[in-house]
Amino acid sequence: MWRNTRSGWGLVSIFLHWLSALVIVGLFVLGWWMTDLGYFDAWYNLAPWWHRSIGMLLLFATLLRLCWRFIQPTPAAQGSRLERIAAHLGHTALYVLMLLVMVSGYLISTARGRGISVFDWFEVPALISHLPNQASIAGEVHWYSALALMLLAAGHALAALKHHYLDRHDTLTRMLNPARSRRR
Amino acid sequence: MLTNTFKKTALVTALGAASFVGFSQAQADDYVIDTEGQHAFVQFKINHLGYSYILGNFEEFEGQFHYDPENLEASSVEMEVQVNSLNSNHAERDRHFLSDDFLSAGDYPTATFVSTGFEPTGDNEGVITGDFTLKGETREIEMPVTLVGEGEDPWGSYRAGFEGSTMLTLADFGIDMSDFPEMMEELELYVTFEGVRQ
Repeated sequence: MWRNTRSGWGLVSIFLHWLSALVIVGLFVLGWWMTDLGYFDAWYNLAPWWHRSIGMLLLFATLLRLCWRFIQPTPAAQGSRLERIAAHLGHTALYVLMLLVMVSGYLISTARGRGISVFDWFEVPALISHLPNQASIAGEVHWYSALALMLLAAGHALAALKHHYLDRHDTLTRMLNPARSRRR
Repeated sequence: MLTNTFKKTALVTALGAASFVGFSQAQADDYVIDTEGQHAFVQFKINHLGYSYILGNFEEFEGQFHYDPENLEASSVEMEVQVNSLNSNHAERDRHFLSDDFLSAGDYPTATFVSTGFEPTGDNEGVITGDFTLKGETREIEMPVTLVGEGEDPWGSYRAGFEGSTMLTLADFGIDMSDFPEMMEELELYVTFEGVRQ
């Protein structure tokens, strides 16, 4: 139920997957929108506050997710040998891009040594700061890696639909229903 | 319409965040210095050998003030500055300033100002008196201050901002400048900040 098996995902992985999907798309839209706000817009300060706070919580959730991924079995990939290799590379790239987006975002805000306040609740300290041109370079990386993540995530979704409708695999249903993990 | 500050505060309250800096006795005329958006600066200026000036600032500080245009005599301000956050754009010089040759920041990591009185001297002007503590020495100082402006900001809060400066004699605070030319024995302290009304 909670844990993964070779035949399906457990509830922990399913929950973290869909939570990440929702939050990542939300943060992308929020980030795109907020960077176009004018200085005198009521959301000018508040939107980035939400973006940073949610982003930091997502970073912690992603680190937990990766730990869980490494200590738990991974359900067997489906499709041809080439498809399975592509899937593996694609999933690895998704994880790498997620970390790149979040770490680069963190490095923008902490570039001058100030930590990031998460909902005025606790502060994530600045661990790396005062690198040459840090905020600008991290900003470029943040934008392009986020864009790449969106494109790859769209490909990921299309591949899931292809498995579901064309190949009639249970790739998508096992990411929705933890009962599949009990089937042998 | 709910103000943004209210929305944020409501969320924080909902999270049950005990760490939120609140002022339980807050009144309508209490302001917190805006260090979050960093519309606040604590700067110093000291002569160098009679040839030019060294400028520097303290990056970390916090404070609050009370300001009621209808009752100016009741104005007050408190600030606490992290001395180790000194920055004059030169790491080795900053380290020297913080050493026992000057500020002894290891032993005296904070400098504070607590006002004891305020006297209006004209439109938007006055002199604030208070206890200034630097390097463990507390002296009464006076600083002429000016109200730069006040009003609503675009994000749902009300702001008031000031500036002021004063000359400090370094020997008063146990900083020995006798090895240096006479014009280096005092420095100008310049402070400007916006406060967000609570």
